[in-house]
Amino acid sequence: MNSKYEAVIGLEVHAQLLTETKLFCGCSTKFGNPPNTNVCPICLGHPGVLPVLNKKAVEYAVLMGLATNCRINEKSVFARKNYFYPDLPKGYQISQYDLPVCEAGHIDVDLSDGSTKRLGITRIHLEEDAGKSIHDQAFETLVDVNRCGVPLIEIVSEPDMRSAEEAYQYLSKIKQIVQYLSICDGNMEEGSLRCDANISVRLKGETKLGTKTEIKNMNSFKNVEKALNYEIERQIELIEDGGKVIQETLLWNADLNIASPMRGKEEAHDYRYFPEPDLMPVIVSNDWVKEISENLPELPEARKQRFTSEYKLPTYDADILTSSRDLADYYEEVAKVTADYKSASNWIMGDILKVVNETKTSIKDFSIKPVQLGKLINLINNNTISGKIAKDVFPFMLKEGKDPEVIVKEKNLVQITDSSAIESAIQKILNNNPNEVEQYLSGKEKVFGFLVGQVMRETKGKANPKAVNDILKESLEAKRK
Amino acid sequence: MPVSKKDVEHIAELAKLSFEESEIESFTGDLNEILSYVEKLNELNTDNVEPLSYPIPGQNVFRDDISTPSASTQEALKNAPDKDESFFKVPKVINMD
Ligand SMILES: [Zn+2]
Repeated sequence: MNSKYEAVIGLEVHAQLLTETKLFCGCSTKFGNPPNTNVCPICLGHPGVLPVLNKKAVEYAVLMGLATNCRINEKSVFARKNYFYPDLPKGYQISQYDLPVCEAGHIDVDLSDGSTKRLGITRIHLEEDAGKSIHDQAFETLVDVNRCGVPLIEIVSEPDMRSAEEAYQYLSKIKQIVQYLSICDGNMEEGSLRCDANISVRLKGETKLGTKTEIKNMNSFKNVEKALNYEIERQIELIEDGGKVIQETLLWNADLNIASPMRGKEEAHDYRYFPEPDLMPVIVSNDWVKEISENLPELPEARKQRFTSEYKLPTYDADILTSSRDLADYYEEVAKVTADYKSASNWIMGDILKVVNETKTSIKDFSIKPVQLGKLINLINNNTISGKIAKDVFPFMLKEGKDPEVIVKEKNLVQITDSSAIESAIQKILNNNPNEVEQYLSGKEKVFGFLVGQVMRETKGKANPKAVNDILKESLEAKRK
Repeated sequence: MPVSKKDVEHIAELAKLSFEESEIESFTGDLNEILSYVEKLNELNTDNVEPLSYPIPGQNVFRDDISTPSASTQEALKNAPDKDESFFKVPKVINMD
């Protein structure tokens, strides 16, 4: 970014709520069902039907409000947002306008320079999702109404972000929080988390906002960062060349890596909001808020702090391990089995996350259960196997899903700690390598490592490395006399 | 006049309605008449009155998050002017190119 300028970014994030049923009818929200099967007269927008509000959706919105330091409005009101589109059968979307469920919150994000920044949340409101249009047909557009009426919360930020990085961190944090709360699965690629951005640029020190554009269709975290950087650069170049930014909506094209203006002469946003006459004001009493707040799980920030104090982990480890609730849960299950907290962290951050990322599995479905990893660590710490052998056991656990002690027994990998067995292996190696022994005795102590390696090979890696070291040194020193 | 002919055309466009020129003229007159009648309410001082979203008092009732049977696809599509076995068909909305 040209250092004379700064960007001003606000994000609108839609999160699909993990309720069983839709916002205003009892149809299932299940994803992937055959088209037009999760539908009824209410979500199809037939005349004369009445919406009935799903209590759980309101609870989820309140949970999100509490987790992001919002004020929970005792009274909120649904409103009609009017526009025509085929995937919106009623001709309006039921949303909230001037009285949303939650207002005036904030979250803190960590930035790469080590600083922390507080970013404001203007509001969180409830609304229904639209259906799905399929455009790739020759002559007509096909409409599937299954998604129509699925509950969403829209989280609107203040225009507090000054770079694509800040926006990325904000979005990551929102995703992390909805996942911790188990109110949304946070999958941008599948569209259960969606993000639109408002962007403008201005000279540093300027207090007036520049003309903004809106970018839509950024359906991955990577695309959000790319699209924002693209648009920031475009606006700066335009202004530097004496041009003017015009207010418009742009669609991000992930194949071409450009944002282009939305085509078609859509009427400028004129949604003519008015209070939804079919729904009375929603009252969220203090008692209800209290009840909901009792279900508030430990949030990422608090859990991270606890990981550093309770398990004495470095901040770096705690940060990674608490990045998702499932991963943090996995870690804590391991920590119940072994008290070697740092080894547990190393195994998870190293070997396990590597496989998880490579195979794109979720840690929840990982074939090595936390208990099994804990047992493996214990086998190392009680000298049953060496750390090196553990690395050989790991792939078998991964493939066969068996307990480590079973694999160790089956493959006969138990560490040799019996000193007579180690001694005889050492004698054999010393007899077979008279030259190296000679070199060692004449002061070339470097060959010691070679001899250790030979002994480990002789014992197929099963000898306790420390015992090998000690006994080998003793035997060699004995030869000096 | 608070409502212009252009306003009426804009509202008609939003509502996907088309009118004759003469109808637009007469609606412009009608809308202005209605608005000036309602205008009378502005004479009241409402400084200490909360905005009213609903004419009757009351609050929302909730539904538990328990699923109920949906309609069959055939039933859902029954009244559609155009359809195939599983989708509603509408005139093409976007050209994919
Ligand atoms: Zn329904």
